[in-house]
Amino acid sequence: MIILQAENITAGYTREVNILYDVGIRLTSGQIVSVIGPNGAGKSTLLKTIFGILKPTNGKISLKDEDITGLKPDKVANKGISYVPQVDNVFPSLTIQENLEMGAFIRNDDYSQRLNEIYELFPILGDRRKQKAGQLSGGQRQMVAMGRALMVDPQVLLLDEPSAGLSPKLVDMIFEKIIDINKSGVSMIIVEQNAREALKMADHGYVLAMGRNVLDDSGDELLANEEVGRLYLGG
Amino acid sequence: MLELVVYGIVFGSIISLGAIGLTLVFGIIRFANFAHGDLMSSGAYFALFMVTGLLSWIGVPDTTFGSLSFGWRMLIAFPVSMFMVGCVAIAADRILYRKLRNNKSSPVMLAMSSLGVAFIIRMLILIFWGADSLFYRPGLMRPALELPLGVKIRPDQILILFVVFSLVVLLHLYLQKTKMGKAMRATADNMELALVSGIDTERVIILTWGVGGALAAAGGILYGIDVQVHAYMGWNFLIPLFAATILGTIGNMWGALVGGLVIGVAQQVSTAFLLSTYKPAVAFMLMILILLFRPKGIFGGKQE
Repeated sequence: MIILQAENITAGYTREVNILYDVGIRLTSGQIVSVIGPNGAGKSTLLKTIFGILKPTNGKISLKDEDITGLKPDKVANKGISYVPQVDNVFPSLTIQENLEMGAFIRNDDYSQRLNEIYELFPILGDRRKQKAGQLSGGQRQMVAMGRALMVDPQVLLLDEPSAGLSPKLVDMIFEKIIDINKSGVSMIIVEQNAREALKMADHGYVLAMGRNVLDDSGDELLANEEVGRLYLGG
Repeated sequence: MLELVVYGIVFGSIISLGAIGLTLVFGIIRFANFAHGDLMSSGAYFALFMVTGLLSWIGVPDTTFGSLSFGWRMLIAFPVSMFMVGCVAIAADRILYRKLRNNKSSPVMLAMSSLGVAFIIRMLILIFWGADSLFYRPGLMRPALELPLGVKIRPDQILILFVVFSLVVLLHLYLQKTKMGKAMRATADNMELALVSGIDTERVIILTWGVGGALAAAGGILYGIDVQVHAYMGWNFLIPLFAATILGTIGNMWGALVGGLVIGVAQQVSTAFLLSTYKPAVAFMLMILILLFRPKGIFGGKQE
């Protein structure tokens, strides 16, 4: 079943200049979709458009059978989609626990159970729950950011470059966590520079360049594809 | 000298109430509100209207509490004025500032428009009350308590300190413990991420203006109780307000409190050496010194 679908998306930061041209992407329930491509291909813009931070000038975004095109981010969040931005993705002066509580802002029920699940997923956050997020290392911040997004129990998680700026060891750890989260039933779209790793864990991959769809195939097929290897996986 | 320090603390605590509102608003919408001083006067005058007008017509007795200079009328007028000025601040945001923000106007445009709001408030006060200094209770007695070391302090002033610190503690608890308080801090930290988290940032902005306006009103009324009420009081507050806010690091509530106290004490103590008309200049000098040598304030530069 297709859980999230974006069709013929044209979007940009100003009315005159578009970044994305006629881009489409499909996410099957329970799967991981990775979006790769060179810098400036429009990968992050695609996530922002899906989440409603940018309004597409053309195209349609649907969650299951519901049209969510043009909804504001807080409304999109209410529908069960969460988004982790690439940079500035924690509240630095708030504690870890408060960051997670802010993730649950739209929940009016008791979310203490969910909080404990997040601390089980990232034990180090539980040990430091009173510490300010601004004092954490890059890897720990990424965990806080993902934890914040997971507080609403989303159906779909949008991750923008979760490995950016992390050491190789931390990258492996974060990717392992991403697979754990996926196994718990969260469908995901991941935008990554680290294309090889992103395709390895992906059920399906999309290659974007210059704001357009170039290729899409299963993660393994893309990894085996010679042209993709030469252009995007560094030989 | 010690007495000047004590008076400085009283004056400084009043400045702090304004500075905290200023710093909260700045923290969230990055906007220097030049109308904040006049919000303080509008609170003082609204209370004056209630104490000498409305409540006396209704027939609330004009008795005072013990050795304090006010009674039931002020007790009613104080929270009502805080509420009303909170509404005025919110209205100014909805009618004016929000439109400018949505049009992506520059910070200078916003600051200038707030200067306009300041003039409107001040002119309304001049139209209705004139330029004379007024008191909540004319011809009042001002009994002073004698503290050790020969410091004289009025019961009113002790109460002012008590009210200021209660309000600050309440605000602290609100920001630390409640969902909306935490959302206010989150929005000040990172407005975009707050939106992404599903926080209704417009509601947070409204709330911030409400709290800022209410605190400004409280500061204005307390000044009226301590000294007097006059149309230009808000204008005179403006430089100490900004000096306190910058000294305490913009956006930092406790910083604004400390900044207010420092500025208040500095202004009062300076009268031992200088004519008291130079008081605003002292605050201005301090502000320049801070901007030159420690532009991020005393609590700045630690985070991140």
